[in-house]
Amino acid sequence: MTTVQDLPQIKGVKNIPISEGYTSGHRTCQGCESALVMRLMIKAAGQRTIVVGSTGCMYVANTTYYSTPWVVPWMHTQLGSSGSAATGTAAGLASMMRKGKMHKEPINVIAFCGDGGGADMGLAAISAALQHDEYNLLILMYDNESYANTDIQASGSTPYGANTTFSPPGKETRIMNKRWKKNTAPMLAVGHPDVKFVATANGSYGLDFNNKIRRALTIGGPTFIHSIDPCPKGWDYDPKFSHELGMLIVETGLWVQYEIIEGELTLNGPSRAIARGIRKRKPVEEYLMRQGRFAHFTKEDIKIFQDRVDESWEKWWLPGVIPVTMGQD
Amino acid sequence: MTTTATNELFQTEKEELISGSEAIALACALADVDVITAYPIRPYDTVMQYVSKLKADGSFDCDFIVAESEHSQFEIVKHASSVGARTFTGSSGVGWFYAFEAITVTAGLRLPVVAMVGNRALDDPGAFGVEHNDALAVRDLGWMLYWVATAQEALDIALLAWRVAEDPTVFLPFAVSCDGSFLTHSQAIVNVPTSEQVNKFLPPYDRGKLQLHPDNPITIAPQVNEDWLMEMRRQSDEAMHRSVGVIKKAYEEFKEIFGRGDPSPFVEEYMTEDADIIIVGMGTLALPVRVAVRRFQEAGRKIGFVRVKFFRPFPTEELQEILTKCKAVCVVDRDYSYGAPSYGGVLFTELRSALYPMEKRPLMLNFIAGLGGREVHVNDVNDMVDIVQKAIETGIIEQEATWIGVRDN
Repeated sequence: MTTVQDLPQIKGVKNIPISEGYTSGHRTCQGCESALVMRLMIKAAGQRTIVVGSTGCMYVANTTYYSTPWVVPWMHTQLGSSGSAATGTAAGLASMMRKGKMHKEPINVIAFCGDGGGADMGLAAISAALQHDEYNLLILMYDNESYANTDIQASGSTPYGANTTFSPPGKETRIMNKRWKKNTAPMLAVGHPDVKFVATANGSYGLDFNNKIRRALTIGGPTFIHSIDPCPKGWDYDPKFSHELGMLIVETGLWVQYEIIEGELTLNGPSRAIARGIRKRKPVEEYLMRQGRFAHFTKEDIKIFQDRVDESWEKWWLPGVIPVTMGQD
Repeated sequence: MTTTATNELFQTEKEELISGSEAIALACALADVDVITAYPIRPYDTVMQYVSKLKADGSFDCDFIVAESEHSQFEIVKHASSVGARTFTGSSGVGWFYAFEAITVTAGLRLPVVAMVGNRALDDPGAFGVEHNDALAVRDLGWMLYWVATAQEALDIALLAWRVAEDPTVFLPFAVSCDGSFLTHSQAIVNVPTSEQVNKFLPPYDRGKLQLHPDNPITIAPQVNEDWLMEMRRQSDEAMHRSVGVIKKAYEEFKEIFGRGDPSPFVEEYMTEDADIIIVGMGTLALPVRVAVRRFQEAGRKIGFVRVKFFRPFPTEELQEILTKCKAVCVVDRDYSYGAPSYGGVLFTELRSALYPMEKRPLMLNFIAGLGGREVHVNDVNDMVDIVQKAIETGIIEQEATWIGVRDN
């Protein structure tokens, strides 16, 4: 196995690297949280990094021929291929370095995918990548809860009831998307016990985000981060509220911030405070009613949401993480 | 920074009784391939069984990755190739089709992946036998495509494949097509060259300024539209044009270093001199056809055979020259193309198109034969020649495409 780079945890905002790996040249929407996620990701990883991006917003909106925001080497991969792209890139480097065909040095390999490319189409390839302990790689799934690049279509990661172009509320059916959001990070963590690092992240908590990227790149072997990215276009809100919505989804308990380091789970930030009872969860309604995609919700719909969130915190084996309750002996 | 390993397994030249799959596995070791991806589907997967054993025995140092699907198999080697690693993968039948997205982008990205196709009938119904439709499906995409006829040729052409694909003036992927069972599983005596010979023939893969590496921070495959895509398509087309010269030169060097090969890398001629009828086909079909042709010649009949080796780039000029000398061409397709012009097969349609500009055009008849692995017997070849002979005598083609060796009910 190739060695990893020396990327220490960043202590305090003032110590975040000034250098940028993701700069001007992209055409993402105003208020795009995923663009911020890209910037935070490469800031933490540094220049000796190869980034591979699967089809989605962060391909099409970012990289137009003759105009790229990437200062680091970057390559497109197919929608369902983030896992394979990371594996292939890491394997190519590892093989050539071992055989003396390339100068030996630790190079970070990051493949990113959206929720459509990751939680839906690319799940099998991500799972396979997470079984290759011999390669150091990170797969980052930026989740804006729909196929936002194509026209805001529902994905397996779209929340219950959200208005998308594949699940519009109609005269006959108000709730078209009856699927509950896929619980991707725990699924991958539980299913791949040898993986040393699985985490959730959120651009509203920038330093935490930077440090999770660094942890993922230095712990060794394949790792996975699932970030939740408010999307003004897909969620239908004023772009200036992206940061606030990113915080609200955590404060309402709908999204849980955590990291699983070598099998040990730690809740982070407000999620930690909520679990300890230091902080009270805000009503989910506060988060939902800020977004046009839930504007058709009735009181009953909001209650369904609130009940599910309450249940996940009060009954689940690991609050907000593992949807299993303890059976009676 | 590149070195070429000398494998202890190949210190001296030797003869071995091996299958086509095993021959290609040995070629992988000889070429010191860096990344190989496997996924099971018959009949190609025998090559991966041999590769994994070579690796397990310590005879071959490569990253051998067991993928979770054919799509990932081809995606993994695609990305390994982008950072400069020499790669090999393969598939068969519907497995090849499962990887199709990755297969087309590999050519679009101009990445010199070498793949083996163990030709197999496409489902449904599930069938194991050979048909050429799987590999033929990439014919428009920028893959070089070659049909081998013997285990020796499988080893030789695999080596040629990396040499041509990795040539910076080409940088296109290369598919080595092998008839399922007849080639993948049949053993023959193969001359296995030395590492020294191979290193002389095959330089290390150098991706140059297209290599994805922190020292060369390029962006690969950004989005284009009507503004640039057509220029890029033309570049791929030009690369395919250039491959012809690169193949010729590489083949001449191959013959010099290894001491074997045909006069042309693109086609193989068998008793075509003064032939009235020339049979044209691909792959292991050559075996029964050669026997039939020999018997015809012994009986004083002027029947010859041309084996098309490269399907892409298509050897247009060679075939124009050879086939315009005869009265009639008997094209044998081990494939189908439902609803194609004259309901003919793929090879027939391409050949007829290649001969159209010629002043003197032979009669052209097509035979669909040997589908699903059905054996093509000498008698079947005789039946085809009888039909073609009748067309020559009457000057009338009653039916352009005929299915041979098929039950009527």
